Amino acid sequence: MIAVDISKTLHGSMGEMELSVDLRIKEGEFIALAGESGSGKTTLLRIIAGLEKARGTLNVGDEVWMGAKHILPPQKRKIGFVFQDYALFPNMTVLQNLLFVQKDHALAAQLLEMTGLDELKERLPATLSGGQKQRVSLCRAMMNRPKILLMDEPLSALDPAMRTKLQQEILTLHRNFGTTTIMVSHDPSEIYRLATRVVVLDHGRIIQDDTPKKVLLKTSGSQKFSFEGELLDIIDVDIIKVAIVSIGQQLVEVVISPQEASSLRIGERVTLSTKAFAPILSSK
Amino acid sequence: MSELFAGIELEPFLLSFKLAGVTTLILFVIALPLSWYLSQTRSKIKPLLEAVTALPIVLPPSVLGFYILWALSYNSPVGAFFEETFGIKLVFNFTGLVIASCFYSLPFMVQPMQSGFESLNRNMLDASYVCGRSKWMTLLKVALPNIKPALMTAIIVTFAHTVGEFGVVLMVGGSIPGETKVASVAIYEMVEIMDYTSAHIYSAIMLILSFLVLLGVYIFNRKHNKKLGGFQ
Repeated sequence: MIAVDISKTLHGSMGEMELSVDLRIKEGEFIALAGESGSGKTTLLRIIAGLEKARGTLNVGDEVWMGAKHILPPQKRKIGFVFQDYALFPNMTVLQNLLFVQKDHALAAQLLEMTGLDELKERLPATLSGGQKQRVSLCRAMMNRPKILLMDEPLSALDPAMRTKLQQEILTLHRNFGTTTIMVSHDPSEIYRLATRVVVLDHGRIIQDDTPKKVLLKTSGSQKFSFEGELLDIIDVDIIKVAIVSIGQQLVEVVISPQEASSLRIGERVTLSTKAFAPILSSK
Repeated sequence: MSELFAGIELEPFLLSFKLAGVTTLILFVIALPLSWYLSQTRSKIKPLLEAVTALPIVLPPSVLGFYILWALSYNSPVGAFFEETFGIKLVFNFTGLVIASCFYSLPFMVQPMQSGFESLNRNMLDASYVCGRSKWMTLLKVALPNIKPALMTAIIVTFAHTVGEFGVVLMVGGSIPGETKVASVAIYEMVEIMDYTSAHIYSAIMLILSFLVLLGVYIFNRKHNKKLGGFQ
């Protein structure tokens, strides 16, 4: 059991904000940390890692990482941290990056094999693609068999195809090692695929804490399709009006009434919903 | 041609390079922890330390030389202490020159190293701490190897700047042949006695050497940046 009960005053771009988090995490859980930028997600990860100071307590199993007087330095916490910008050591080869944590050749070989990096182990980071770099970073984070794996938007800099591939690898690693994991993510499909629990932060406080299904499926139980999108344009076609809405990566056309058209503003966020009694799902 | 060079003494050059070498070595050891500290600290005394470190850049060498001369001479507690305790005189000899040069060239070692350390990705340093490595190990194994161009610049510029030193050296060391008469002082004396031929030769040697050194630094930096894909 990991018990986090911390608070810290942040001086952000929107003035002062109080980060105050009380969280119990079971061993082996995979938590997705969501919330708007500036809500304190990264700071929370850095506090857990010991890279930033805060008030309060942090207990991991029977170890005190942060207490009234005692603060365990990051070097002694046994954590894995995956940064958004990979943060690899450019002067070391892939293998040396891993062995820098611990001279455990067997574990390094196992991790490189699992992530398909075996053939690249003698290469320098500058010669790798973004996806390969993030794999190395992930392997490096696992090298000390961490008690907690912390990931700060690990896949946000990658293209969608690479993201899906790496999600699968993160899942494989999680199943193999059973590491308690906290991952900052904005991507609903990523959260749904990986996490067992979603914690949503807003202005430094937890506003939601539930299963991905409960948090992400906004229409759960109502038999409705509901999508959020951006209203791009409203065009006149003969006597009707058609709204062009951008949902995810796709554009859709929707017929709307003149009254509806007058109440909508181009550029605003809109919700598009319809009854879904008999939808047809077919593979591409 | 050989007659032209017959009267040229190499001693002032050797002395210049010996002084520059010793100064660079000492300053590297002093500047390493200082510049690392300055690059990492958020302390309020940082601007104060930075201002003190940068002082030799703006002070006239005569002012700096005067203070060092005064501080090292028998009239000051420091000079008196060294002479009474160890029997060492600190002015008008090579030791005094080294001490003066260390003050004079300090910013040229600290500033490139500091900006090198500051250009490092903070996440990379944090990653090293999370990997279980101490600050000291992180400095040696992660920070230093990734600022090689900045290190090279710091070392070479310090060396070259010390070779090119004149005012401070003259104030603190005078012009004792074989002890404190370095190349720049020798050239000054040649001009004073209107020995323009020797002055020309000495100056040309200094000019060519300095140019080659700087050219070498820039070529090294270019190659290194290509290899590691720039600072990451």
